Amino acid sequence: MRVTMTVNGTAVTADDVWEGESLLYVLRERLALPGSKNACEQGECGSCTVLMDDVPVCACLVAAGQAEGGEIVTVEGIADRRGELHPVQQAFIDAGAVQCGFCTPGLIVQAYDLLRRADGVPDDADLRESLAGNLCRCTGYEKILDAVRLAGARMAAVAGGPGQFSGGAR
Amino acid sequence: MDFLRPGSLDEALAMKAERPAALPVAGGTDVMVEINFDARRPEALLDLSRVLSLSTWKHETPGMLRIGAGVCYARMVGELGSLLPGLAMAARTVGSPQIRNRGTIGGNLGSASPAGDCHPVLLAAGAVVEVMSVRGRRLVRAADFFTGPKRSALEPDELITAVLVPAAPGPQQFAKVGTRNAMVIAVCAFALELRVAASQVGTGIGSAGPTPLRAVEAEEFLAARLPWDSPGPLADSLTREFGALVAAAARPIDDVRGTAEYRRHALTVLARRTLTWAWDGYRKERSDSCG
Repeated sequence: MRVTMTVNGTAVTADDVWEGESLLYVLRERLALPGSKNACEQGECGSCTVLMDDVPVCACLVAAGQAEGGEIVTVEGIADRRGELHPVQQAFIDAGAVQCGFCTPGLIVQAYDLLRRADGVPDDADLRESLAGNLCRCTGYEKILDAVRLAGARMAAVAGGPGQFSGGAR
Repeated sequence: MDFLRPGSLDEALAMKAERPAALPVAGGTDVMVEINFDARRPEALLDLSRVLSLSTWKHETPGMLRIGAGVCYARMVGELGSLLPGLAMAARTVGSPQIRNRGTIGGNLGSASPAGDCHPVLLAAGAVVEVMSVRGRRLVRAADFFTGPKRSALEPDELITAVLVPAAPGPQQFAKVGTRNAMVIAVCAFALELRVAASQVGTGIGSAGPTPLRAVEAEEFLAARLPWDSPGPLADSLTREFGALVAAAARPIDDVRGTAEYRRHALTVLARRTLTWAWDGYRKERSDSCG
């Protein structure tokens, strides 16, 4: 079947999609967007987190046909169009929150969603709860939490508030 | 495989009648796992996510809520916390934020896993499952809905359309045992409802039997013994006896998540805890309203 949707602000079409195929497979294998990672394929790890119609979801658990007409934002759409990193991405680098990097795209999307909704830096309980579905097997999470706090603080410090960082695709 | 995309409930029911083997999919948090792992190859997927009428909830009659099958866990947490605190608590323990944004109450029922987190709450609350087909509408008590592990009273041409559940007529509690606070399939779970005006008790046991179960004897014991009209602290002997009766109602097995013995023990603890929390809530409410 054919699936048409908007990905990172661009209308795209995928053909010959198998009816049981996941949105993740379409993104990675048909649309050449390998940022969203394929690991557990059962919603346990969060590596494939994308925004679908503005809500974070595991792309591996969305049937491709369910994304028809939808608006998808992947990690590739978080930086602005000139390629300048979003504060969440920059903070992951600055805080040393990336080791092997496999979980990073999912965490970036999930943290981006958390911080754009948050008023300032979220408290630790909210932070941990928000990231509970994103597994990292390298870092022990502390640097990741540091990075999200750093990004939250930087976004809150900018005049105009977090709203100004809305991502390039959006 | 076909991908069926009904835009309305009538269309969905017609498709299900014509293709009873079509597998309904809403949030995909169960169905897509099976497909990704090659564990299931339905001849068709029936995508219910475009049937918008399924994704609403409302007051059906005063005191009775109608929750559409397509309402996701995140909305149970965000919108139903004051009307159905037990359901909100249970929904809050499901998966992760990403899973709660997708998984639905109808999908939880449709999968009919003994470990489904909504089920103990729906049993405790005396909920009714609304199912529909082109033949008409049928109401099935939650207590009669589950017929075995991953089996339900749903007929092949039927779809789950809603859950009818009374707004909490008193304190509700839910507790679940797992290895961490997120991404956990229950080792066992327990839900409790105190129906204050009627002096009745509702219970639901999860993940400790072939289906979710009520602990009927425990309900009757507690309803008769709770000091409803002069609510002081509960005697240890009362909470212990309640816990023992709840554990006795379970029919657990040993499996990868825990042993039958552990599940029985944990249920005695969950029953005592939820009773203490619920009763303390009732006492506080009474003293607040008297003060």
